[in-house]
Amino acid sequence: MDFFDPVLNGFGVVLDPQNLLYCLMGVVIGMLIGVLPGLGPAATIAILLPLTYGIDPVTAIIMLAGIFYGAQYGGTITSVLLRLPGEASSVVTVFDGYVLAKQGKAGTALGIAAIGSFIGGTVAIIGLTFLAPLVASFALDFGPPEYTALALVGILLVATISGGTKIKALIAAAVGLLLATVGRDVFTGAERFTFGNLSLADGIDFVPIAMGLFGIGEILYNLEERHRAVSAPAKVANVWPSRADLRKSSGAIGRGSVLGFFLGILPGGGATISSMVSYAVEKKRAKDPSRFGKGAVEGVAGPETANNAAATSSFIPLLTLGIPANATMAIIFGALLIHGITPGPQLISEDPELFWGVVNSMYIGNILLLILSIPLVGLFVKILRVRAAILAPITALITILGAYTIRNSMFDVLLVVLFGALGYLMKKFGFEPGPLVLAFVLGELLESNLRRSLLVLEGDVSGFLTRPISATLLVIFVLVAVGPMIKSALARRQHDTTRVNADS
Amino acid sequence: MKRNHDFEAESTGTDVPGVPDLTPEGLAAEWAADSPPPSGSTANLAASLVAAGLGVAGMVIAVGLGLGTPGEPRPGTWPFIISLIIAVLALAQLVVGRRGGVDGERFSPLSRMAAFGFVTLLAMVWLMPVIGFEIPALLLCFVWMKFLGGETWRSATLYSVLVVAAFYAIFILGLGTSIPHLF
Repeated sequence: MDFFDPVLNGFGVVLDPQNLLYCLMGVVIGMLIGVLPGLGPAATIAILLPLTYGIDPVTAIIMLAGIFYGAQYGGTITSVLLRLPGEASSVVTVFDGYVLAKQGKAGTALGIAAIGSFIGGTVAIIGLTFLAPLVASFALDFGPPEYTALALVGILLVATISGGTKIKALIAAAVGLLLATVGRDVFTGAERFTFGNLSLADGIDFVPIAMGLFGIGEILYNLEERHRAVSAPAKVANVWPSRADLRKSSGAIGRGSVLGFFLGILPGGGATISSMVSYAVEKKRAKDPSRFGKGAVEGVAGPETANNAAATSSFIPLLTLGIPANATMAIIFGALLIHGITPGPQLISEDPELFWGVVNSMYIGNILLLILSIPLVGLFVKILRVRAAILAPITALITILGAYTIRNSMFDVLLVVLFGALGYLMKKFGFEPGPLVLAFVLGELLESNLRRSLLVLEGDVSGFLTRPISATLLVIFVLVAVGPMIKSALARRQHDTTRVNADS
Repeated sequence: MKRNHDFEAESTGTDVPGVPDLTPEGLAAEWAADSPPPSGSTANLAASLVAAGLGVAGMVIAVGLGLGTPGEPRPGTWPFIISLIIAVLALAQLVVGRRGGVDGERFSPLSRMAAFGFVTLLAMVWLMPVIGFEIPALLLCFVWMKFLGGETWRSATLYSVLVVAAFYAIFILGLGTSIPHLF
């Protein structure tokens, strides 16, 4: 059983009491911050990044896995109790979850979401355990041209799938790439865009950008939007779903797990799409579709299972190809880089203990989430009842002081605040921060691989098209980039002709 | 609206009056009605011009770094390509979004709160290395609670003191971090 040896060793790493404790802390703190209205998983993980500093890499990653699952579930809690989804992938949960809460069955909704998330997550981790080594072995032959093409496709997909105007998302991504060039050029040592500032010579760190854009940006935005506050229910009882509810949901959970796993592997918004598809599937399969939107348990169980399965399987492209599939994965990617781990095809073979430690910590994170979420629901309801006016400065202080502790640098804190203003303005002007952060993380990889490929190909750009994998990826790139434009042009022409016909 | 009727009959919680039909379509419509109007054509013009300006500035600096050739890339090659992309996309957005579009959010009188929050955060960054984090943090909490959050004088004072004491206990006494502090 050669294959399973490293997997089992990975469990040994995770079950170390100290690692377990950090994972537990990660889940609890992730849930506590994730439950704050307006802070989605990406913001939560960004704000909590400083926590993982100064601990040993494996432990830090295990804690991150805990924070990740806790933050995901935190978004579910606000969807159900306040009708405020933490991120796009839990929007559908609101449809039936909030109605259940209004009917006094918030506990059922939260309980079934926790169980579904657990099962979906676990199925996805098992799938990941088998699929990741395959993908990684395939990607081992990738050279600089393949990586260049892969990074380009990854950035483009995230930019086009994110909400809002595509051109604006692409501008944001390009700005992210430009920010990544600030500092000393790795090849020649020339200083770029530093304007003589010593602090900028080493480049801009990823953490202040993520903490600023997602953390402070959201906090500033919420200062303005707070008047729309909604009140949480006073008490949530009966968190454990009844047997009838479980029976009703079991099919939805099963289908959601498989659906989420496969959709999550695709780059872009796998979790969001899978939760929507799952909701549609459950509504279609139901004997009485009119129950949906009026408190159908399956309407919570299916999408919540699917989005957690997808969130988990989106670790596959990250861990095997080194390409984050969405903004949250971009933050995890940045966190791994900080700890000296470069996710990519070599990770499994070169550092199996770490790789399987990361994978297996997801099991533990998931189990801890299930165990903790149910008894802690009461606490979350209490937090949600604390007035936003009091929570806002607390989150701001956590972010500011946390940012300082990373490198004991006030410059980092200043960057966090400035990027916070940028994040706020981007939101007001319709630019998504997600593509910017993702492109920033991939920026150095993209530039160095592009330059390396140009050296390998001796400046012959057509060389990208003679290598089968990079050629395929570039064809996909062009299709994704140009496809929607042609489609909308065609649609417009059709629209025009129908209008002309109608006029005449 | 028969559906609405059914829902109200079933629901037990009536603390939020006028909860509408929560079908996906209904909810989406309600969210759309709730959200502020899109930022509009002036904002699009401004944002596109800022982005285009960034692109042009990037190109100018990149030329200064040396453009090189595909066979022999120099430090300026890659920044030039990206800056060019930014400038081109920004000009495209300028044209595509000239009538406003549906994205973004218009500034409202409440946007002053966000601006005020930003200024107080900057003040905190400026004061922290000078007099430690306690007094700036206390002021930040108080100002955000009282003036941005509309808490009463009493609760704003009480909670600010409690919050700063808790942060002191966690970051200074508990974790022993080197955050600049007065006491």
